[in-house]
Amino acid sequence: MTFAIDGWFTIDHDGVRLIGTRCAGCGTVCFPPRHGLCPDPRCGGTELRACRLPGRGRVWSYTNACYPPPAPYVAAEPYEPVTLAAVELEEAGIVVLGQVTDLTVEDLEVGMELELTSGPLADGPQMWMWRRAS
Amino acid sequence: MSVVVLGTGMHPWGKWGRPFVEYGVAAARAALDDAGVAWTDVDYLVGADTIRNGYPGFVAGATYAQALGWSGARIASCYAACASGAQAVDIARTRILAGLCEVALVVGADSTPKGFFTPVGGDRPDDPDWLRFRLLGATNPAYFGLYARRRMAVHGSTQADFAAVKVKNARAGSLNPMARYRRPVTVDEVLASPMVADPLRLMDICATSDGGAAVVLASEEYARRRGATPLVRLAAVSTVTPSFPSTVLELPNFATDSWAAAPPPEKPFRAAIAYASYEEAGVGPEDVSLAEVYDLSTALELDWMEDIGLCPPGQADKLLRDGVTALGGRVPVNPSGGLASFGEAIPAQAIAQLCELVTQLRGRAGPRQVPGPRVGLAVNQGLFGHGSALVATL
Repeated sequence: MTFAIDGWFTIDHDGVRLIGTRCAGCGTVCFPPRHGLCPDPRCGGTELRACRLPGRGRVWSYTNACYPPPAPYVAAEPYEPVTLAAVELEEAGIVVLGQVTDLTVEDLEVGMELELTSGPLADGPQMWMWRRAS
Repeated sequence: MSVVVLGTGMHPWGKWGRPFVEYGVAAARAALDDAGVAWTDVDYLVGADTIRNGYPGFVAGATYAQALGWSGARIASCYAACASGAQAVDIARTRILAGLCEVALVVGADSTPKGFFTPVGGDRPDDPDWLRFRLLGATNPAYFGLYARRRMAVHGSTQADFAAVKVKNARAGSLNPMARYRRPVTVDEVLASPMVADPLRLMDICATSDGGAAVVLASEEYARRRGATPLVRLAAVSTVTPSFPSTVLELPNFATDSWAAAPPPEKPFRAAIAYASYEEAGVGPEDVSLAEVYDLSTALELDWMEDIGLCPPGQADKLLRDGVTALGGRVPVNPSGGLASFGEAIPAQAIAQLCELVTQLRGRAGPRQVPGPRVGLAVNQGLFGHGSALVATL
């Protein structure tokens, strides 16, 4: 299976999980994974360890793309509007954007629970996506 | 010691399809004429760069200097996305404040392609601006749509409220000869325009435009020597970045900072941009006579009104409905017509905002004149965390 980006998410026995980093000094979590300095300037930590982010969260907001997004996005033909959701992962204190699979903006509400899955982009590689929580 | 805006100039916004240098030079010459300053007397030129027009765009300072005729003036070129113009103004005013020059010219112009802004070409997986298109298809309007939907959920705004912003700005723009869109519109027209990024429709979202703007800045002493009146002072320029953790999803990012281990700052980024300029100018939101805010979407204008302190969070819709922010209201917002009437010409936009503040403060805005203004605020935000706020005072 080809991933659309390496090292940002994984698919294993727990399902699909985003991979971030956690600062060994202050515990600050970061996504996408970060190298070098802790993002909190008051910390100054340099040991950022890979960590898995929670696989569920609540919708912070959502939208769609009624027109095919331009390159480098590869739009499906015929084009169906892509749904996007920004999802708040409560324990991690972070909001992460992703495409939503099998739901349209009519189905979504701010505060609704979603979980992580994966699905193919139009040209084949797997990408993390949000779906209705089971 | 203060820095004065001695002259302003613009090339009308539109989709003219000509090289950006033409617009910049036209704006520069208009600003020099307005200031009564000869190009050969300018000590310092700053060009706000465009990234869409090849190498001359990236070195805009020298490009404009050559187009105006090599004069030996010192120059700078800078890029900070939508905040480029504010940084260019800041570089020039700082040099004047340092006593290193007396009179400076600041120029920004752009020539834009049709349709969505897209990232710089090529295969560039290390660039988040490229990746958000590649992996998510997340255009700029997608982020505007997220903010608008969030506002509806948190504050109860409606699509009709958003449309009312467009109606207000289109009316102001109809009175501005520099605006690209000069036809008043109705709420029904906005609500009938095609959906682009739910809940935002075509007429809720700012277009991409060609245009150019320029200002001549000078030391107060230089302005007095020349008998300039009234003196419009550039009282503050804020170019602040966010403070960690920044908890609002910003273009072109995939995620916010995490607030699990560190509390969010007292003021989120957009508010911090404005308040840094208030502090520097020694004024507060209650002193503002008019404000130019970066209405990339209609909904975002409502967010900005709260961020700059015109009202508490959630009250912007009411202020709009009460006509407080329209021409003739207590604090007109986007009296120029805003991005709704101009569309975005990135390196020119913050300079154009300053042109409007100065035109209003000098009492030269004609049919869109705000009566007796004393303090003007312009706010804007550039991709990747570039703050931009300017305060001009009489």
